[in-house]
Amino acid sequence: MTSMRTNPGFVVALAITLALVGIFLPAPAQAKKLNIVTATTDMAALTQEVGGDKVSVESIAKGYQDPHFVEAKPSFLLKLRQADLLVVVGLQLEIGWLPPLITQSGNPRIQVGANGYLDASQFAEILDIPTGTVTRAMGDVHPLGNPHYWLDPDNGRRIAKGIAGKLGELDPEDAGYFQQRYQDFDKRLAAAEQKWDADMKPYRGRKVVTYHNSFPNFAKHYGLNVIGYVEPRPGIPPTPSHTIELIGLMKRENCKVILVEPYFDLKTPNSIARDTGGTVVQYLPSVGGQKDVTDYFKLFDYDIGLLMKALQ
Amino acid sequence: MTMRNSFLPFCMTILFGLPLCAQQAGTVPAANDQNAAMEQHIRDLEDRIIALEGQVRMLKSSATAAPAAEAAAASAAPSAAPPAPAPAEALASQATGTQAQVYGGAGGSAAKALNPDISVIGDFIGAVGGNSPPPLATLQPFPSLQMHESEIGLQAIIDPYSRGDFFISFGEEGVNLEEGYITFTALPASFVGKVGKMRSAFGKVNMMHNHVLPWIDRPLVTTNLVGGEDGIDDAGVSIERILPAPKGIFLEATGQLFRGDSGDVFKAFQKNDVSTVDHLRAYKDITESTNLDLGLSYSRGNNDFGPNFITNLYGVDATLRWKPLRRSIYHSFVARSEFVWSQRQQLPVEQRGFGYYASADYQLGRRWFLGGRYDSSDRSRYANLTDKGGSLVLTYWPSEFAQIRGQYEFTKYAEGLNSNQLLMQVIFSLGAHGAHPF
Repeated sequence: MTSMRTNPGFVVALAITLALVGIFLPAPAQAKKLNIVTATTDMAALTQEVGGDKVSVESIAKGYQDPHFVEAKPSFLLKLRQADLLVVVGLQLEIGWLPPLITQSGNPRIQVGANGYLDASQFAEILDIPTGTVTRAMGDVHPLGNPHYWLDPDNGRRIAKGIAGKLGELDPEDAGYFQQRYQDFDKRLAAAEQKWDADMKPYRGRKVVTYHNSFPNFAKHYGLNVIGYVEPRPGIPPTPSHTIELIGLMKRENCKVILVEPYFDLKTPNSIARDTGGTVVQYLPSVGGQKDVTDYFKLFDYDIGLLMKALQ
Repeated sequence: MTMRNSFLPFCMTILFGLPLCAQQAGTVPAANDQNAAMEQHIRDLEDRIIALEGQVRMLKSSATAAPAAEAAAASAAPSAAPPAPAPAEALASQATGTQAQVYGGAGGSAAKALNPDISVIGDFIGAVGGNSPPPLATLQPFPSLQMHESEIGLQAIIDPYSRGDFFISFGEEGVNLEEGYITFTALPASFVGKVGKMRSAFGKVNMMHNHVLPWIDRPLVTTNLVGGEDGIDDAGVSIERILPAPKGIFLEATGQLFRGDSGDVFKAFQKNDVSTVDHLRAYKDITESTNLDLGLSYSRGNNDFGPNFITNLYGVDATLRWKPLRRSIYHSFVARSEFVWSQRQQLPVEQRGFGYYASADYQLGRRWFLGGRYDSSDRSRYANLTDKGGSLVLTYWPSEFAQIRGQYEFTKYAEGLNSNQLLMQVIFSLGAHGAHPF
């Protein structure tokens, strides 16, 4: 019988081997570029705007993916362990997948509360903050407010400003550069907003239905009126009784537009459209939802273009 | 509280009062200029209010222990917009005052914000059919109706350097600390360390809690060779690290040292009888929808035959996953297999057993899953006795927080006895249960 005393020795040996492997790893390239990982593509786009060529940015979720249900794949750990900064949407949007990735990353810089963890929701105007008791009878409700807040250019500006501040904090030498980039972004956004505002002005007060409640900030900014949702409760798939109610509501309110995120099934929205004579619009909640929608500006160009066509 | 009460009317006065003054002032072009300036001013004020609201939210949700919270707030504050520390402090005290609204509970004390995330997962199992197993079988049938497990999870970030996770499972009688450990997340050289009682990293199924299994019961190979439902679950220390690997391969090594008491697998007669588990995991994204996950496991410890009788376990696991990102909530496929070799020293002769399972699960729609599993395993104490079986599983999800499952199971015991069982399970989840590792 082999003595068990060799066992602790084996573990120590393993630990030492691992440590040596760690020591001989190429040291992460210092300074030059900040390594940034974001939870979603929108945060990546805004970070890229203010970070310019001083940062390299990568998003975990893809723009055409439901950000509530991302798989916590180990390949993301390879990115996270190198990251200087992790930008999250917050408000519990990523609660189902990001926490174990952060824990397993072995990267002290991006742990919750550490300097390289940035919750972008702190900069933005947040809607739908529930007051009173929150229960899951309401579905998968976010108790801290609606996390789909980036679809309002004013919030985009505020988030960009916040990220620029954080980048300057992490890389003080280039703080001026990031502020300069932010000023430039602010100007370009103001110019684009003038066009978007003018485009959307004729449709203020128009009624729409969305699949999931991921549209409140856009609706508020452009004065659209979201009168209902295809989901009976957030995160609960459509039910026949709710669909019938919704069709009735849309007919009464003369609402003709159903907005659907690209990751939802179109069967129910299409049947609602048939019954109400409406149109289904597959809008994009995020940058990268379509190949050519590569930045924050193109996202609004795309969605506003779709809405103008649908609301005419 | 007074701060907030006086702050909002003050803002209102500025927001609405100033434009009125502006309108009364002088000529039209000058008024236009002033209006533009006023609008800008209002926008700036609005931005500042939103920034303050954001800070209040951050302060409310920084649910770490007091000293850690101070550190976190200090690091979060400079990144937000300008406001001076004094109002922020005032808002902080106010934030704790309005806590009850946000969390929906009674009482408004600050202590509540620092509570860990609490969850309870209920696991109810019903069974019909099934014969009584032969005397030497490890596999035991389920009773007709059973509140199989109530798992309480308590999880929180402890400080900026660690987090804590407790999973306490209550049977109908008796309590078991399923897991309770601290994870050190800020160790040097990218190590991640754990100390406490934990499910060991031997293969895939051994790491899984009951409620995340794709089946109602565990595979025969787990039951016969790796300690059954609790598996290798012991008090000890664990260290893991991601290793450098080419071509986007994720490679991770885990080394664990335990006391050496794990169900019917390991038993420590003296302090030296510690057990170890080592695991090497390789993972690769083949496409953005498909990935392959391979693992090698080794475990060794003293078995319950007597002092200085060793059991060696070797494991290989393979998982192929497919989930199209655009339709990720509707369709997915997982194929998984684990192979385990057991060498158990006992008298009169060492027993060398082998077992495996192969399973596949397909998600039919947003709420429906269909799966199957084939089982074959020798028994660790009687390696010449091989049990075989198969299962068909159908799962329905009313929501993310509840699950109803049916499983038809056929078992062919080594003694030649056949058993047919129909199992039914309801799993329901209360509160905030943290996500499990992939």
